[in-house]
Amino acid sequence: MSYVAIQANGLGKSYKLGLSANYGSLRESISEGVRRTAGRLVGRGEKRKVDVLWALRDISFEIQNGETVGLIGHNGAGKSTLLKLLSRISEPTTGWAEVTGRVGSLLEVGTGFHPELTGRENVFLNGSILGMRRAEIRARFDEIVEFASMERFLDTPVKRYSSGMQVRLAFAVAAHLEPEILLVDEVLAVGDAAFQRKSLAKMAEVARAGSTVVFVSHNLATIQALCQRGILLERGKVVADAPVEDTVTSYLRGLERSASDDLLTRTDRDGRAWRESKVRRLSVCDLDSKHQDVLVGGRPAKIVVELTKVLPMMECQLTILNSLGQPITTLDSELSAPADVREEGGEPRIECVIDSLPLLPGRYRIDVLLKGRQEIQDGLQAAAFFDVEPGVIDGRPVPAAGADGDIALVHAWRLPA
Amino acid sequence: MPELTLEKPAAEVEERKRPETVRLQATRGFGRVLAPRELWRYRDLAFQIAVRDLTIRYRQTAFGAAWAILQPVAFMVVFSLIFGNFAGIKPPAGIPYGLFSLAALVPWLFFANAFLLGSESLVLNQALVAKIYFPRIFIPAGIVAAGCVDFCVSLTILIVIVLVYGIVPSATIVVLPLLMAIAVATALGASTALSAVNVRYRDVRYVIPFATQMWLFLTPIVYPSSSLGEPLRTLSAINPMVGVVEGFRWAIFNAGSAPLDLMAISAVSAAVLLVAGLSYFDRVERSFADLI
Repeated sequence: MSYVAIQANGLGKSYKLGLSANYGSLRESISEGVRRTAGRLVGRGEKRKVDVLWALRDISFEIQNGETVGLIGHNGAGKSTLLKLLSRISEPTTGWAEVTGRVGSLLEVGTGFHPELTGRENVFLNGSILGMRRAEIRARFDEIVEFASMERFLDTPVKRYSSGMQVRLAFAVAAHLEPEILLVDEVLAVGDAAFQRKSLAKMAEVARAGSTVVFVSHNLATIQALCQRGILLERGKVVADAPVEDTVTSYLRGLERSASDDLLTRTDRDGRAWRESKVRRLSVCDLDSKHQDVLVGGRPAKIVVELTKVLPMMECQLTILNSLGQPITTLDSELSAPADVREEGGEPRIECVIDSLPLLPGRYRIDVLLKGRQEIQDGLQAAAFFDVEPGVIDGRPVPAAGADGDIALVHAWRLPA
Repeated sequence: MPELTLEKPAAEVEERKRPETVRLQATRGFGRVLAPRELWRYRDLAFQIAVRDLTIRYRQTAFGAAWAILQPVAFMVVFSLIFGNFAGIKPPAGIPYGLFSLAALVPWLFFANAFLLGSESLVLNQALVAKIYFPRIFIPAGIVAAGCVDFCVSLTILIVIVLVYGIVPSATIVVLPLLMAIAVATALGASTALSAVNVRYRDVRYVIPFATQMWLFLTPIVYPSSSLGEPLRTLSAINPMVGVVEGFRWAIFNAGSAPLDLMAISAVSAAVLLVAGLSYFDRVERSFADLI
């Protein structure tokens, strides 16, 4: 039987910004209350302006049971907030949604796990947190443990598990809950590749059995592999809702647009709310700085990060991703090498030089994370895009188009004459 | 990288019955905590959380559950020395001071621990509250429930000690379950309310230990409530722990007249506290995930 599993109608969620609006101490609240009452008595009914952030605004869609839907969008676009509303964790500010069926959600690694309890105890605890009956958990216990490959560690407290092990167990429990609706946030990224494959297959299986899957990931390849439909969120609004290939295309187009903007105007940033230093510009060029944004495989290349301010202990992390959003490699200045140089004075910029660019032809993007004073200062996804043209690596031509993979290794053959 | 040759789920799906629909929207007023259907649906979780709180309570401790006994006994020794010997407080009807204070300490420590741990419980379970939906009342309630097990253990030891002293409790002992119920209601009311306030105002963390100490001296634990004189003695029973503590002494030693007035007043005020605590919790529960 086919029915609407999730219907959202004008869903909106707002948060009050500022510390005192949300947290605050009792004293602040009392003094605020007194001030407002006094103001009203004097007749100067000045309302203190509260900064309101709309994390989601006027979201409407319908999802049929058995559909697999990928939520795509920048950081801060509202994907996680939407999952929180759908899983009943927080209430919408406006609008409503109707959810038909039992919801299993996996929004973060190991939530619901208690570090002092053993794996076995946690399976029961987590299962019932997700809404399973004890009898159901007991019936599926062996299956869960086998799926997570955890037999040996069942009686070890979870605090001694690696984060990968925790995800495995958490996912195993959530997937065996047989939910009618499975909501999964970007958690699988923690597991190893083999487990990721296994859990994607499990999600596909869950969907084939008639359950609805809503999945958030930055990995566009994973989304495309699993989902039929993609919903693109931007600043809390649905900007595209179409077959997944089309949505991914519009997302990528949007990414390129934002990379060409002035980076300082972008609001989808990671890092501290009060940033001391921001990324002003990120550019990719060859060593003579002649050709911007077009590089040749095997030739030297330079990535330049321009900052607004130099802080003590600055570090930089650059992640290069392919056109499907799959990370290829991360360059991290914290893992230092003898060739690294630190200079006093000079311009506020960080440079990363690659002697021989080991990339196959294609389009790539760079995510940047900036640290200073041992804290994350700023972070931007898709801070720059660049194209790689076919070239020669260590004397060997790299294939032009149609080659598998993204990287070219320096290598040598030994062949019979 | 995961392999990308997954078989995509087919559009046509298996035959399935249409499950129940839940409507999610902004709510007002009451109705979440005290929604019996919802609580019943999650009953297994309530049990699991209580088991969890009990299991972790003494995990990786050398003395384990003996702490349930060590605490009141240690207090009893210190109180006997200070208040029994130096200050010379005389319990009525010739009960040894040690027993006199121990009979009060057993319910008091149950309450104090449940209050301390319960009011911190939501904040300590932040990850859970922010990431998973379930009736949040189970978190402070689980702490109180786990405390009840300790309560029973220490109560048993109390009875054993009383017997060792050669005192045979009389039939009045049958009111103990009623008194325990008043103590549980007090603990549940106070800790649900304070745990909810704590979500918004972390001041609670600093207030509770201090308030618990004050509360200890406002309750006739080191002294008999008869030393207060009327009308203070009767008025003091607005503090529900007064009726519990004096009731415990009477139930176990059956000395003097029954403090029925204290017990009745305390029972009413415990009930008021419980209803007020749960109602407050109910009203603010919906904002927990956003504020915590």
